[in-house]
Amino acid sequence: MDNDLRREIIMDNYNDPMNKGLIDDNSYLKTRTSSESCIDDLSFMMKIENNIIEDIRFDGEACAISTSATSIMIRILIGKTVDEAKKILNNYKNMIEEKDYDKNLLGELAVYDSISKQPNRKNCALLPNRAINNMLEELNKKNN
Amino acid sequence: MHREDFPMLKKDIIYFDNGATTLKPQCVIDSVVEYMTNHTSNIHRGDYDAAVITNKLYDNVRNIVSSFVNCDSREVIYTSGATQSLNMVVFGYMKKHLKKGDEVLLNKAEHASNILPWIILSKQIGIVIKYVPLDNNYELTLENIKRCVTFKTKVISLAQITNVIGDVRDVYNIGKFCHENNILFNVDGAQSVPHMRVDFKNCYMDFLSFSGHKMCGPTGVGILVGRYELLEDMDPLCYGGGMNSYFEENGDYELKSIPTRFEAGTTPIAQVIGLGEAIKYLMKIGMDNIHEHEMKLKQYLLDKVKDIPNIIVYNTSSNSGIFAFNIDGVFAQDTSIYLNSYNIYVRAGNHCAKELKDEINIKNTVRVSMYFYNNYNDVDRLVDALRNSKDIFKIVL
Ligand SMILES: Cc1ncc(COP(=O)(O)O)c(C=O)c1O
Repeated sequence: MDNDLRREIIMDNYNDPMNKGLIDDNSYLKTRTSSESCIDDLSFMMKIENNIIEDIRFDGEACAISTSATSIMIRILIGKTVDEAKKILNNYKNMIEEKDYDKNLLGELAVYDSISKQPNRKNCALLPNRAINNMLEELNKKNN
Repeated sequence: MHREDFPMLKKDIIYFDNGATTLKPQCVIDSVVEYMTNHTSNIHRGDYDAAVITNKLYDNVRNIVSSFVNCDSREVIYTSGATQSLNMVVFGYMKKHLKKGDEVLLNKAEHASNILPWIILSKQIGIVIKYVPLDNNYELTLENIKRCVTFKTKVISLAQITNVIGDVRDVYNIGKFCHENNILFNVDGAQSVPHMRVDFKNCYMDFLSFSGHKMCGPTGVGILVGRYELLEDMDPLCYGGGMNSYFEENGDYELKSIPTRFEAGTTPIAQVIGLGEAIKYLMKIGMDNIHEHEMKLKQYLLDKVKDIPNIIVYNTSSNSGIFAFNIDGVFAQDTSIYLNSYNIYVRAGNHCAKELKDEINIKNTVRVSMYFYNNYNDVDRLVDALRNSKDIFKIVL
């Protein structure tokens, strides 16, 4: 991908992220991520109904990479089934970790396809991944 | 000053993260390598030659510390660092002597290591933590402290220099006030002892904690200085070898004398020796010279950034080599990653002072922290990088 376009997508999502700001609603799953190796600290909430992701929201302070990745991830996941979401999250993780992945599933998330060149930023890119996986696990526990 | 003593400075880096840890001079590296190469042995026994050498070097570090911060050498306890020292004060001494309702004065600029142990103690025994408000420059004044003192105030615990704002607290007058009012005075010297002359006795300190690695020494070693009468009534947090005189099947035991009773197990011998070397090295340069040099650099930096738009400085008045800032609209970590592309090493974050966000309304800052080996050229390169920061996202993304 052309570098200017990549930067533009990231900056658009950083400056005007999707669904930033939490709401008071107990029907949402909730989680807070902060990483050991960096200072990003975001809170997430997600609503799942009939196995479909209806809404994901977030708030907090984080760097350009994690904020934009969260925004793009939210845009892509809303409306997907839980299984589809898991597949996207897995593929995304594989991309960040330089393993095989299916580009067609990832849409704009492909802007992070060379983040592994900056190893200190991999965690930033994976932050939304971890948060959403946490909430899916919590859902799993609830359902069992 | 003395840049040639530091192997890491042979690389083209500008090291401005001295608040986190400092570089090591060759003499400190050599002393540790010498111990490991030529006289490795445990302490407390001296039956063979290598052990005699080691014991002598190791024990002498107490004398070096005592002349460095003006205390008795038997008041010097080797620890693993400032964090352990502070925990020993809180759980070894305070837990035994404070009771429910007793008040401890802290403030929100303190490092986690001087807040969290107190929070735990308050949950354990019901002491009450009060936070002394900071002034408009986020600094702590004796006047504000006095306003918070009541007849229940038993302890004032503070960092002599804080690690985000870098203000130098007036420990002489605060100590005197504590002394006159029968309040225990606990000082976190992690950021002050490396950078200025600190006087334990003259400032009426009851406890003083600091870390070796922030003052040219190795990691894994620190010091707790405690007033001898208090140490006599402090409990060890760790029990085992090296700290007991005897113990019997029936449960009788006797602990060794002070300070060894607080040093259970094999201590960080190599690191203690390295720390001794580091202190000798600093004393040769002169603590007043170090402080003066850092202040000159800090002022030079403040003058230079004045005319760079978009740089927000949080601590223009503080009297130390710590400079806390943000580039307007840029997350602190993006700034530190940007500066890394110029080989400038700084730190982004809340710097373990998580409660400070309540006071300055901003959670994360970029911190430049200086030491005597930084020079005007380092500052110039930082200033150039900040001047060019309009295009910061072209670099970090
Ligand atoms: C003011 C202050 N206190 C305590 C500490 C803890 O020191 P250490 O991590 O070496 O135990 C630090 C270190 O960052 C500090 O800056």
